[in-house]
Amino acid sequence: MSIALEHVNYVYSPGTAYEKHALKDVSLEIAQGQFVGIIGHTGSGKSTLIQHLNGLMKATSGKVLYDGQNIYDEGYDMKRLRSQVGLVFQYPEYQLFEEDVLRDVCFGPKNQGLSAEECEKCAREALDLVGFPEKYYRQSPFELSGGQKRRVAIAGILAMHPKVLVLDEPTAGLDPKGRDEILDQIEHLHRETGMTVILVSHSMEDIANYVERIIVMNRGEKMLDGVPKEVFSHYKELEKVGLAAPQVTYVMHDLKERGFQVSTDATTIGEAADEIMRSFHD
Amino acid sequence: MIRDITIGQYYPAESPIHRLDPRVKIVCTLLFLVSLFIQNSLPGYVIATIFLGCVISMSRVPVKYIVKGLKPIVILLMFTVVMNLFLTRGGDTLVHFWIFTITEEGLRTSVFMAVRLIYLVMGSSIMTFTTSPNGLTDGLEKLLRPLNKINVPVHEVAMMMSIALRFIPILLEETDKIMKAQIARGADFESGNIIQRAKAMTPILVPLFVSAFRRANDLAMAMEARCYNGGEGRTKMKPLRYKAQDRWAYVITVIYMIVIFAVGRFVPFKLWIF
Ligand SMILES: Nc1ncnc2c1ncn2[C@@H]1O[C@H](COP(=O)(O)OP(=O)(O)O)[C@@H](O)[C@H]1O
Ligand SMILES: [Mg+2]
Repeated sequence: MSIALEHVNYVYSPGTAYEKHALKDVSLEIAQGQFVGIIGHTGSGKSTLIQHLNGLMKATSGKVLYDGQNIYDEGYDMKRLRSQVGLVFQYPEYQLFEEDVLRDVCFGPKNQGLSAEECEKCAREALDLVGFPEKYYRQSPFELSGGQKRRVAIAGILAMHPKVLVLDEPTAGLDPKGRDEILDQIEHLHRETGMTVILVSHSMEDIANYVERIIVMNRGEKMLDGVPKEVFSHYKELEKVGLAAPQVTYVMHDLKERGFQVSTDATTIGEAADEIMRSFHD
Repeated sequence: MIRDITIGQYYPAESPIHRLDPRVKIVCTLLFLVSLFIQNSLPGYVIATIFLGCVISMSRVPVKYIVKGLKPIVILLMFTVVMNLFLTRGGDTLVHFWIFTITEEGLRTSVFMAVRLIYLVMGSSIMTFTTSPNGLTDGLEKLLRPLNKINVPVHEVAMMMSIALRFIPILLEETDKIMKAQIARGADFESGNIIQRAKAMTPILVPLFVSAFRRANDLAMAMEARCYNGGEGRTKMKPLRYKAQDRWAYVITVIYMIVIFAVGRFVPFKLWIF
């Protein structure tokens, strides 16, 4: 169930004063089960990119392949695609509308044509997966806190049992505690279900600890694509486009410059600590 | 999809029309609308077409954009045409079958009515396309200032209008976003009968209302935080002042009014029944 983009271009409002070339010749492939981070400055085209993954936006040119099949082919089952590639928009809590939490989460499965009991089963499982406490199931979604609303919205997508989960800036507007909780929950989800997770963010610090691959977007182009260590080794270029490598990368580079025998690969604080300890023992 | 609605929107461009004083555009648009109603003959419409054509080409707004603005009135337009076509009687009968009769007068009236409606919308959209919401409000406020004397809250009305105009694109964008989010959850807005489709709107309308109220609340708060308290004693950063080009625009429009009135009344040119 891989997703592949081939030379995708997207232009907003072509031929008007608002024309904007938001994606420029983007090609990439994401294999089933990967945990990928898409990162880039605000306006770099991340949201535009991910809306191509489930066919919500149609590329101006280029191909999108899901499972090897071109989704723009005549008669392609878009509805099936959308239930397999679950897309959680930025500020997803703004799409809640039902009277209570459980019913809102049931909306997706209901649209898939499941019976009422099956819907409720899926909804309960999904709410459980995102760690939403059962005592609030019958509460109005509008009365929850920001972090809880977001969990409900993510559960609304999970309840459809997607094979790929795409999250657009799931931590935007949350406090540090809420942010860590959501990210931990997403990692837990990835481990538990083995689904592909694509996490969009504008902050390296957020995703460095979690993902196994980072795609860096800059002005609509794919700038870098690789494992975190490799991407962070380009920290000078990242700075130029308004991004920064995690702070440990800077610490390690500084240490090395001052003559310590450390490798600069560490991406998390834990790895950095181990590496520094190792260099002292040697 | 929903973003295609362009009526009432501002289209930024560098053009002589964009640079005109908003008051000129408001007054001249009104005059143009009046000009469509003081005559009803082929020569008159030819002159209105030329005038409108010149203004559109000078404004540098793509014609495609202006035509898109007509979409919301298509139903009204068809209704008008059909009603006039079959119900207006006069002159020779052109077509007659079963209970339907189309007369010369019916055809004439319906065609002219359609042109009138289209020009009405195009004329007013040229004004909104070339004037920023702020400009429009400033112009309106200044034009209506005399009404202050009879206790009409001119400033407040103008402010309300400018906020409403400003919110159209924001709410459209919001609708688009919510719609996409629900489509991603498998919602279907395109199939089913009218009742099913209306029901399918709930997942869009509820979040949209919630967000509209939230935004209104935020805006009110922001205005209060900046000590906004109505028009009393408020000065403008860029007060409106007429320039030479504005006077010329008035002159040209007045000449146009005179010509269209004279031609419409006194040039009895006719092509077949029109
Ligand atoms: N609906 C739209 N119409 C026109 N331009 C848009 C629209 N949405 C986004 N853009 C533009 O496309 C570019 C990419 O936007 P987006 O994909 O939202 O970036 P990101 O999610 O990385 O912040 C931005 O420059 C933005 O201004
Ligand atoms: Mg975005």
